[in-house]
Amino acid sequence: MIEKLTGRASTKSAEALSTMASVTGERTNKGSASAAASKKPGSRPTLWRSMVRERWVYLLLLPGLLYFLAFYYLPLLGNFIAFQDYSPYLGFFRSPWVGLSNFAQIFTAPDFATVLENTLIISLLQILFAFPVGIVLSLMLNALISERFKRFMQSIVYLPHFMGWVIIISIWQQVFGGDGFLNHLIIGMGGHPINIMSNPDFFKPLVVLQVIWKETGWSTVIFLAAISGLDSSQYEAAAMDGAGRWRRLWHVTLPGIRSIIILLLILRIGNILSTGFEQIFLQRDAVGLRAADVIDTFVYDRGIVNGSWSFSAAVALLKTVIGALLIFTANKAAKKFGEEGLYS
Amino acid sequence: MMPWEKPSIAGQSILYLAMLLIAVVVVFPFLYVIAVSFSGFKDVASGNLFFFPLHPTLEAYRWLLQGGAVVQALGISLFVTVAGTAVSLFITVTMAYGLSRKHIPGGKFVLWLVMLTLLITPSLITKYLVVRQFGMIDTLWALIIPSAVSPFNLIVMRQFFMSIPNELIESAKLDGANDVQILWGIILPLSKAALAAIGLFYAVAIWNSFFEALIYLNNSQLYPISVVLRLFVLQGTQPADATTAGQVAPPDLTVQMAVVVLATVPILLVYPFLQKHFTKGVLTGSIKG
Repeated sequence: MIEKLTGRASTKSAEALSTMASVTGERTNKGSASAAASKKPGSRPTLWRSMVRERWVYLLLLPGLLYFLAFYYLPLLGNFIAFQDYSPYLGFFRSPWVGLSNFAQIFTAPDFATVLENTLIISLLQILFAFPVGIVLSLMLNALISERFKRFMQSIVYLPHFMGWVIIISIWQQVFGGDGFLNHLIIGMGGHPINIMSNPDFFKPLVVLQVIWKETGWSTVIFLAAISGLDSSQYEAAAMDGAGRWRRLWHVTLPGIRSIIILLLILRIGNILSTGFEQIFLQRDAVGLRAADVIDTFVYDRGIVNGSWSFSAAVALLKTVIGALLIFTANKAAKKFGEEGLYS
Repeated sequence: MMPWEKPSIAGQSILYLAMLLIAVVVVFPFLYVIAVSFSGFKDVASGNLFFFPLHPTLEAYRWLLQGGAVVQALGISLFVTVAGTAVSLFITVTMAYGLSRKHIPGGKFVLWLVMLTLLITPSLITKYLVVRQFGMIDTLWALIIPSAVSPFNLIVMRQFFMSIPNELIESAKLDGANDVQILWGIILPLSKAALAAIGLFYAVAIWNSFFEALIYLNNSQLYPISVVLRLFVLQGTQPADATTAGQVAPPDLTVQMAVVVLATVPILLVYPFLQKHFTKGVLTGSIKG
């Protein structure tokens, strides 16, 4: 999705969602506007005239347009090296074409099965555990009566989101690592020290726990916004019919935010092959590749470190294509069940 | 909660208790790290480390701040953050204004180009090759330019500009002002809160950025604090000029934690402002549509 390469797993989907919402909202307006415009005859001279009139707007658009062309569309175009045997010495245009052989290589690469397995397990654990925690926390925050206490709690739970992964993992290392707080506590009570941070068996749950700790608070932003947008008359009607707090939660609040939950889930499913790079990369050395190598780190190793540009570009391209297909499929499935979905 | 209902005492107390527990789980690790960074050698050796240092000392900070890799990295991070935020804001604001104007031929197409980047992102491999082609490898530009604009921030900024009454712009145009003058003289003064919020988001993201430095920089002289933090704390490398002036170095652990604190403090300093703008709804406004 909006992979700003900073590995902000849960915000990514929230951001994409809100933007989607605004785009789809606009689409209807624009459609009617352009229909009206096309009725006018002789649009060519007027077009040129209005372009000249708006020259300052084009000037203002220019830096941004150049940025997006250079750092989004040029790299996207560069994906054609996935079909080449790219060599920096020969360059983009003289490197030989090899068809789909890079893609065929992916499936015969000896460690790729492990990489794929790790990626899928971590993503599924995150969807199963990290994703619902945000919803629960939103409901809890929403149930607080005191607005001040609610704001205080929000300012606390948002905090870790603004720390980079290097800081977060350094802190976790200090609490759960070999020389950390937990072990001082265990030794103090006469137990045997354990090192959670370097045990390959703990790695996947640990990664999910870290995501929960860092991003749950931030993920409530979008749910809380959705809850605050619910119609209060529905609550009143439910209360009149004798529905207690829990029943109102179940029959009014949750159905009210269901479409948002499903949208975020669709986006998350599209992202299933992305686990976030930094968090995994920073802890991979401590537990070994067998437990911790995921597609994003695999691509980095093969491409940036080893210089297999075409092969790693093929892996990354395949990942993008599968992600798009997954979004498409999940959206279709959601529609089949009568949900709004991500796009129409 | 209906207005006429009394809150259930038991329910609210359980909720408050749960909330306080969550607050402790979030805040404790930060406090612990700060405490360790201020602890003396004896307490570290004997494991007497709690929420607060038993015998507070500035040893680790004094040692770190006398110069060397950490100070240099902090300086680089500060420079990149300030310069990068300026560049990011410039491109974001100009483009957001352009996209907020209606009936611009081609404007819809450009907006569509931006929206598409929310869904399809280039892979790190091809982006790296483009950055290398531009000759930015091993320059600080690599930390500033390639990830300058967040499409999300751009869209939020555009939404904000669109909420400014069009009459202001039209009447300025009648007075003969062009769009650059309007943006500078009318729009920006009205958008201070949004500028501050988005600027802070950019600044924090750039300060934290690790990935860009990892892939685009080989020269250790250019490392920002995030990379140095990884070297010292996660990889256990000692500062290259560790034994300057024949001083006895404070224990590794306190020095490491002091580096963590130094990397975190700038974020904590701006966090209240970030939080203020955030709760004001500058950014959530667009979520609610």
